[in-house]
Order: sequence, then C-alpha cells, then structure tokens
Amino acid sequence: MSEATQAREARILPARPAAARTLRYWPWLAALLVSVVLPWLFYDWQHARHAGFIVSVLSQTGMMIIFALSFNMLMGQAGLLSFCHSVLFGLAGYSTVHFLNAAGAGELPVPMELIPLLAGLSGLGFAAVFGYMATKQRSTAFAMITLGIVQLVTTAATMFHHFFGGEGGVKTDRMIDNSLFGLKYAHAIEVYYLIVAWTLVAAIGMYFHTNTPLGRMANACRDNHERAQFVGYDPRIVRFLQFSLAGFYAGIAGGLFAITYEIVTFDAVAAPLAANALLMAYIGGATTFVGPVLGAILITLMQSVVSLMSNSWLIYVGVLFITMVIFAPAGITGIILKHAPIMRAGLMRRLVLPYSRVLVPGVIVLFGSIGLVELLSFFTIGRAQGKRLELFGQPLDIQSAVPWLICLVCLLGGGFWLARESRQFKRIWDGLMEIAQPGGTP
Amino acid sequence: MQVGLISLLDGLVYGMLLFMLASGLTLILSMMGVLNFAHASVYMLGAYFAYQIDQWVGFWPALVIAPVLCGSIGAAIEVWGLRRVHHNGHIAELLFTFGLVFIIGRGVQMIWGMLPMAYRVPAGLDFPLFSLYGENFPAYRGFMLLVSGGMLFTTWLLLKKTRIGLIIQASLTHPGMVSALGHNVPLVFTTVFAGGSFLAGLAGVIAGNYLTTESAMADAMGPIVFVVVIFGGLGSLAGCFTASILMGMVQTFSVVFDYSFADALKPLGVTLAANDLLGEILTIPMSRIGPLVPYALLILILLFRPRGLMGTRET
Repeated sequence: MSEATQAREARILPARPAAARTLRYWPWLAALLVSVVLPWLFYDWQHARHAGFIVSVLSQTGMMIIFALSFNMLMGQAGLLSFCHSVLFGLAGYSTVHFLNAAGAGELPVPMELIPLLAGLSGLGFAAVFGYMATKQRSTAFAMITLGIVQLVTTAATMFHHFFGGEGGVKTDRMIDNSLFGLKYAHAIEVYYLIVAWTLVAAIGMYFHTNTPLGRMANACRDNHERAQFVGYDPRIVRFLQFSLAGFYAGIAGGLFAITYEIVTFDAVAAPLAANALLMAYIGGATTFVGPVLGAILITLMQSVVSLMSNSWLIYVGVLFITMVIFAPAGITGIILKHAPIMRAGLMRRLVLPYSRVLVPGVIVLFGSIGLVELLSFFTIGRAQGKRLELFGQPLDIQSAVPWLICLVCLLGGGFWLARESRQFKRIWDGLMEIAQPGGTP
Repeated sequence: MQVGLISLLDGLVYGMLLFMLASGLTLILSMMGVLNFAHASVYMLGAYFAYQIDQWVGFWPALVIAPVLCGSIGAAIEVWGLRRVHHNGHIAELLFTFGLVFIIGRGVQMIWGMLPMAYRVPAGLDFPLFSLYGENFPAYRGFMLLVSGGMLFTTWLLLKKTRIGLIIQASLTHPGMVSALGHNVPLVFTTVFAGGSFLAGLAGVIAGNYLTTESAMADAMGPIVFVVVIFGGLGSLAGCFTASILMGMVQTFSVVFDYSFADALKPLGVTLAANDLLGEILTIPMSRIGPLVPYALLILILLFRPRGLMGTRET
C-alpha cells in the first residue's frame, strides 16, 4: 500500500496503535447502562407500568442501530451502495415468523434468546444468494442491481402466499414458552431487553469486524480496487464476503423486528426501509463506526416524534439529507471530528462567539422554512384532515397574509444574513485551522 | 390474434413512453456517471405542471410550457446542486438526487394534495381512432405515439446532425478526451441534464392523463426506467430504445398471457400442485406475475451479459 493510500485511509478510519485497537470498554458500558436505565426514567410508578410508546421507540431504535450499522458495513466500509439491504432484513423477518411458528408448535426446540441468531443465519443465506448476483459489479452498477433485487422481492412478497402471506403478510405469536431464563416475553419491556442484548452483541461483532483482515481489505477495495487486485486479493470475493456478513447482521435486526411486532409484511422488504438505512448511515456519518448509531437514533426519533407533530416530516428529512450531502458529506460525526485539531490546540473557546453569530440567523431561517412548509402543507393536506393549524404554540389563520409574510421574510432575510455570517465564520475557521495545524492542509 | 394486435400497439405506446424517460436517464448516466434518482420525479412534475397549465390555459400550451419548466428545473439541479457535490464523487451525486426525490415527492403532495388529479385527455383527442376486431384504439394513444416518435426523430437529428450532438456523442464514450480537446464539458453536462429533464417532463405531460397524475406516479415509473437503462446497456441509445420497446411489450403481453410454467410441463406428463412456495411460483399464471418479469429479466441479463444488451462499456 502506497503512502498516499495509507494517508487516505488514515483520514477515513484512523489507524490506532495496535495496543489501543482492542475494545475500549467505557463507551460500550456507558451505552449498555443508558439503554438499560432509559425505559425506567419514563416508568409510570403510579400505575406500575412502562410507558408503551417510549419502550416501542427504544426497541425500534435498537433494531435500527443494528440495521444501520450493517448497512454501513457495505456503504462506509466497502463503498457499496446497497438498495436491497431491506430485502435481507425483511426475508430474515419472514423466516423468523416461520421459526417462531414452528417453535410455538413444538417443532423447533430453540429458546427465544437464540431465535435472532437463526434469523441472522437465514439473513446470511439470503445475502449469499443475492450477493452472488450483486457483487459481480461494484459502484453504480452494483447499486442498480440491488435496486432490481429490491423491486423483484417486494413484488414477489405481495404476490405469493406461501412463505410471504401475500399482501397481508405473515403473523406469529412470540410467546413460545421456551426461554433460557424462564421469561415469557409477554411484555414489551422483556423484548426490549432482548433487543438491547442482541444490539450490543451485533455492534461488538461489527466493531471487531472493522479490524479483521476482511474488514481492512473491504476498505482497500473501496479506496482503490485495482491496487487491491495487484496486492493479490479478488475484490469480488471481498465484496461477496462483506455483503454476506452484512446480511447476517441485517438478519438479526429483521429477526428482532419480527419478534417485536409479531407480524411481517412486504413493507419490511421494500425499498423505503433500505432508504431509511441510507439516511441513517449518511446523516450520522458513514466514515466512522458510531456514525450510523447516531443516525439511527436521530432518524428513529424524528420518525416517531416529528411525524406525530407534522405531516411533512419527510420534507425535513429530505432537506436535512441534501444539506448534509452538500455541506457535510462526512455526516454529523464528521463535523464533530473536524473540530479535533482545534480542540487539541485548545482553541475551542475562540469558536464560541462565531458559532453563536451563525446560530442566530440559522434559527431564523429554520423558523421561516418550517413555518412555510407547515403553512403550505396545511393548505392542502391538513385542511382536508379537518385539523386546525397551530404553529409554535400559536393558533394561525392560513387565510390571512401575515403568517406567510413573516415566514417569507424570516427565510429570505435570515438566508442573506446567514450567508454573510457563514463567510465570516469560514474565515475565522480557516484562521484557527492554520494555527492548529500549521503547514497542514485543512 | 385480435388481442395480439391491440396489445402490440399498447406495448408500443408504453415502450415509447419508457424510451422518453430512459433516453434522458441513459444520457445522463453514461456521460456524467450520475444515477439520477430524481428523473422520475421530474416526470411527475411534468404531469402536475401540465395539469395546472391545462386548468389555466389549456392542453396545447401545457404541452410546450410544462416540459420547458422541467428542463429549466433540470438545469437548475445540475448547476446549483450536482456541481457542488461533484468533487465528492459519484455516490454523493447519486445521494443528492436521492434526497431530491423526497423533497419533490412530498412537495407535490404539499402543493396539490394527496388525491389523484383530474387531468384528462383533451376533448379534441378524445375519440376512437380506429377499431380492430371490435376493439377501439383511442386517438390519444395515437397522439402519444406521434409525440414520442417525433421526439425520437428530433433527438436522433440533434445527436447525429449537429455539432453539439457530435460533442455529446463523443462525451458518451470518451468524456476525458472531449474535455482535453477544449470543449466546455460542464456546459455539455448542463445541456444534457436539461434536455433529459425536458424529455422526462414531456413524458409526464402526455402520460399524466393516459395513466394517472398522482404523487405515487414517480415511484411507479422510476424502477422500471432503471431496468430499461441497465437492460439496454450504458452508452447506447439504440440499446436503450430496444430495451424500452421490449419492456413495453413484456408488460402489456404478460397481462394477456394466461399460462404458467406448469402448463408448459403438462405435455411432458409432469403435474405440479401449488402447495409450497416453489409450486406456487411454477403454477402461477403469467398474467399475475407480469410486474415481476422486468426485474427477473434484469437480473438474468446482469448475470449473463453484465454490460447490458448493447452496452459499449462496463460501468
């Protein structure tokens, strides 16, 4: 590997010294602690029960973390943009339903705690089949084949009644009465802890995978597949193995999905779910390991909370996504990592004022655009639903011009102000970078 | 036979429609390497614009104005969007257009609502053109054939007989060389992007009232257009055309073709029952699995001929 490639890889996945490369315990322990404690913060002590909505959002977050991480095994690690990741998730989900039905009928003596492992193995199997076709190509052609696969499987899932159950999907009952710990899994909270355990196992597995020879070769094939060939590896085999392993973890997520909801329909294999994984990994930051985790938490929260408040949450996701693609291709974690040199130089204090100067017009623009989107969407969709528009705690009359004008002025005026301030900010930022790493390119 | 002829014509109409969408997409993809996800969204915009202009002025102005609007939107996307993310590579460009799909899809719902639009065939074209074995062939489908045929001819003329067409053709296969010869390749890109969006918009205008104008029409058309592009092969408009017509035919004929694999096996003395997944796949009649066929064909061609039907190069 040449120095240039090495430097490039170092920028994307910082190569730590061998001693530090092993698992550092505290972030994992902290994550475990938080996820164990979190549902109890919303516990309803009066009625002695858990907040159903919170537990359901947390469970959803858990499986989405696995899903986004496994998606990023392809996108971030191997540079493969897969649109059929939902297929691996969903098919494993379907299989899990059949496993659970068999287990419930006493034909499959597997305890509940190990069912996700079976789901993962079936994900691995499906990934090997589809991966054989898709990994013949790379880059854009790969993306297009996966697009074909996701359409094929989604159409098939609505069509065939064996295995897929047609449009209605397949149902199951998760109380199979076979558990290592004597649990019944009658309550959502028990399933939540099962999800926590499996999320941790899967995340650790995927973290270790980034440091295996296969994981490193996936990086190499992503950065320069010709050179990887010269070194003596077959990039196609690397892609295939990486795809299959990603399928294994996606399968675990799909299994947990089936266990949680006890029903799997064609939505679980369809393209929007794969798009979700893409949004999570990209917005969180595909170049780091924790990026997809952050993205999964953020998007799941948006999905379950913002979608309750607004009809047009997809617009917000779209705008957020495009903004990230243009201004921060390395995602949220990328933005944070960019501060590292300034932090090391102890110059963070000098960024406080510039940041607050950008923040003010930023908030104004945000206010204006949210206002306009909501007004506009209320005009057509909300009114048809017979709701009354309330924005920022203020009942509004959409017929009057005032709210429209205010929002428009906020958007345009704030936009100009923001553009000016961000030019200023860039100058300060470049200056600080110059001090923080003299001679180095920012 | 009677079913055959009408289906043949319908397949041709649908295939030409696919070609209007796919030609722009294949030009953009082969030249710029950008898999433009927003292409079908622009097609949807074309239909909605046409509906709106149809309401205000009439169908014939809409036939011109809506595609022009779509073309300018395409140019704007290229100049202000794609160029900014270009230095981050093809995947970033692809993701940019992917984000646009959300915004356009939801924006259309915001402006026009969730319900299908009452975008109708213009009264002047709402009569049966001729009858075949008692079945009418609507004049509007003939008009669609006329428009798409005219567009095919114009595009061919533009590409083969003009200077800019020559440069575009050269950029298809040798983009680096063209820019080394001093041509303004970014301008060519913008032109092609705008032209592709224009065609998509035009397809939207003439298909919006033939199919339905609704916010799901982009999602319905998008995947099949991708199939056509890959099936035809990159860098080849002829391949794209063949694939479009083929897919149009496959889609219309599979609906009337009421046999299954099991029926084909019957003369050999093999009988199959639909009591498991494999049996179900083999016994289901072709007319029901019609929507599956394009994707199955796509995967088959990618397995055996990765560069597509007439592709000049691998991606």
